[in-house]
Amino acid sequence: MDVLTLSRIQFGLTIGFHYLYPPLSIGLGVMLVIMEAAWLKTHKAVYHQMAKFWTHVFALTFALGVATGIVMEFEFGTNWATYSRFVGDVFGSALAAEGIFAFFLESGFLAVLLFGWDKVSRKVHFFSTCMVCLGAHFSAVWIVVANSWMQTPAGYHMVQHNGVWRAEVTDFWQVVFNPSMVDRLFHTLCGAWQAGAFLVVSVSAYYLLKKIHVDFARRSLRIGLTVGLVASLLQGFSGHLSGQEVAKYQPAKLAAFEGLYVTQSNAPLTMIGYVDERNQKVIGLQAPYLLSFLAHNDFHATVTGLDAIPPEDRPPVEASFLFFHGMVGIGCLLILIAAVGTWFSWRKVLYQKRWMLWILVFSVLGPEIANQLGWFAAEVGRQPWIVWHEMRTPEGLSKILQANAVISSLILFTLIYFMLFALFIYQLNHKIQHGPHDDDLIPSGKMALPEPLSHDHNKHTS
Amino acid sequence: MKFDLNTVWFILVGVLFTGYAMLDGFDLGIGALHLFTKKDEERRVMINAIGPVWDGNEVWLVTGGGALFAAFPNVYATVFSGFYLAFILLLFALIFRAVAIEFRSKQPMYWWRQMWDIGFAVGSILSALLIGVAMGNIAYGIPIDSNGEFAGTFLGLLTPYPLLLGITTVALFMMHGAIYGLMKTEGELHDKLRRWAMNCIIFFVICAACTTMVTLLYVPHMAERVKDHPRLFSIALANMLAIANIPREFYHGRDWRAFLSSCATMLTLMALFGINQYPYMVFSQPNPENSLDIYNAASSQQTMRIMLVIACIGVPVVLTYTTCIYWIFRGKVKMDRMSY
Repeated sequence: MDVLTLSRIQFGLTIGFHYLYPPLSIGLGVMLVIMEAAWLKTHKAVYHQMAKFWTHVFALTFALGVATGIVMEFEFGTNWATYSRFVGDVFGSALAAEGIFAFFLESGFLAVLLFGWDKVSRKVHFFSTCMVCLGAHFSAVWIVVANSWMQTPAGYHMVQHNGVWRAEVTDFWQVVFNPSMVDRLFHTLCGAWQAGAFLVVSVSAYYLLKKIHVDFARRSLRIGLTVGLVASLLQGFSGHLSGQEVAKYQPAKLAAFEGLYVTQSNAPLTMIGYVDERNQKVIGLQAPYLLSFLAHNDFHATVTGLDAIPPEDRPPVEASFLFFHGMVGIGCLLILIAAVGTWFSWRKVLYQKRWMLWILVFSVLGPEIANQLGWFAAEVGRQPWIVWHEMRTPEGLSKILQANAVISSLILFTLIYFMLFALFIYQLNHKIQHGPHDDDLIPSGKMALPEPLSHDHNKHTS
Repeated sequence: MKFDLNTVWFILVGVLFTGYAMLDGFDLGIGALHLFTKKDEERRVMINAIGPVWDGNEVWLVTGGGALFAAFPNVYATVFSGFYLAFILLLFALIFRAVAIEFRSKQPMYWWRQMWDIGFAVGSILSALLIGVAMGNIAYGIPIDSNGEFAGTFLGLLTPYPLLLGITTVALFMMHGAIYGLMKTEGELHDKLRRWAMNCIIFFVICAACTTMVTLLYVPHMAERVKDHPRLFSIALANMLAIANIPREFYHGRDWRAFLSSCATMLTLMALFGINQYPYMVFSQPNPENSLDIYNAASSQQTMRIMLVIACIGVPVVLTYTTCIYWIFRGKVKMDRMSY
């Protein structure tokens, strides 16, 4: 294999593995804020226990997110040096801003969130939790700014610097709010909230099935299902917005997502099916008019097909189609699961329906897989460009890179990441089996004062 | 020297990496000393001494890298692609260190803890060594072709001078970590750390003396500016005084002041490095005309202006809450159920 293929595999592997964790951190961050707020408001010790238990899980996902995230920052330089020279002016700023505004905030206050339980007051601790959550969201903002700029570049001009063309910023706010950024950020964050919420749902449902930690699990489940339902519904809405944005700015990508070879009005949306690339058609169940609606909010609008795109500018159709439809399918399923779960919970029959609890246990896989597939679709659909209509992926590669160097790093990454993944699952399972700690029902240190052992409603001084 | 945006960013990138050295330096140092104690409880105390802060400290490296990418994309591209294997190794070292801290104390098995302890120590030492080797290569100069691409090999990076700087960096971080450990521990472990700190100081002073001599003899361009501008010699003097002050404060048992002296040592070393390097970012050896400097490697003035605004807003806020967090976690390590 050549350096290009190897580097692409390596980037795909490392970013895919990294992206298992940040959505969980963002989503769990929101869950922690809600749980701690509930504790501050109601003084019910079970919320304290809940916040502490999920903090442990948060710490685990955060550690792996940090460890695998630093790889990403290095890789732009190591494997994609020509790309880095080309976009440093624009892309580098977003990464640096991410460091200053997001990572410091997140990791700094994480110290208080994890280790400050006995050292600071409740309010300071709650503030720290909010800051960690905010930092996690900021990191999503800046990385989506950077990535969206690769999809829909704006606010720059091409300049020759020492005889080499590169993109330079003309308008910073146009770079930040490039055409796809807001929609894609919304979509990414909804996915992250789903990931956090369904993890809580899954673990709580498991406890209910095992009939352990029942009070803890019921309350967790209620919070998780509510956030999960809201996030899933928002995700459907944001998917529609993203669809329109892609249709407008990246028609080739949308055509690949849908395997739409011929430009047509009243375009149908494939519900389930596959692409026959040789005969250039899609085989499967199609809903008439829906693609036109998804793309242009109009059931009869004309949707650009691949025939309007020069063959050398087309993304790989089969893969884009599969990733995109996988994501959409799971997204719909998650709305259904969250809605049914909430309905049962509202009718107070959920705890008796063991089959539903089992579905909820496995629901955690939904957002994780959909988040992965969504990014695959977004990035494969961007091909053959590394920066949309400005630079092709092969042009971005480091010029001096040797295949054997990339082979060795790729093998090492694969081995180490498999090991890390196994450890993550092992450790996560360990924490779940261990369950919430009963000692955590009694807040200690500064948090317990001046009302030790009692959950007093009249006064709460911090 | 013109005090323009490029110079400002040269200094700011230097400040970020100095911040990294002063903060993550003691994390790496604690890691390097980790295996010297055999007792599980003491190893846990060592890890928990850096537990709440190591993560935030590593962000200085991430932000420094981001700032380098934004302000001097050509340096970032040339160095990162040129030092490919070295940086991949650095990544693995940092990964192992991070997950070792997280996983180590989560299981009681001896082999499990031993495995992560070794990962933690090796990861820390290797990180410090590689950072030093990279600095050594930048100082000595690396082969760069007319397109600004690295023209050497991986093994070509492991020449004596960079290796010497690598070992010096390990010594510096070990000393820094040992002194930091003194502030965080008490009892038996504190006494042990006191012995190790003494040895580390001796180790570092020897390394520093060797590095200074070798630099003056074999890497004359790294001493040229200080020679030409006698006023700058005051920084070299400050550096020597800072180093000399470490054993003095240490002897009197003033750990906090010894730690500050160690920080001052790093600050002045980085300042000397920057002053002699300026305006070059990466010196090209043997073709100096291909060197990357703060002008031919820079991003646009517009970007540097924007980034400066971002830095002016962000850095004071970061420094404020980082200080608060260090204040919250001041004092000796107390273990509880949340500890690593």
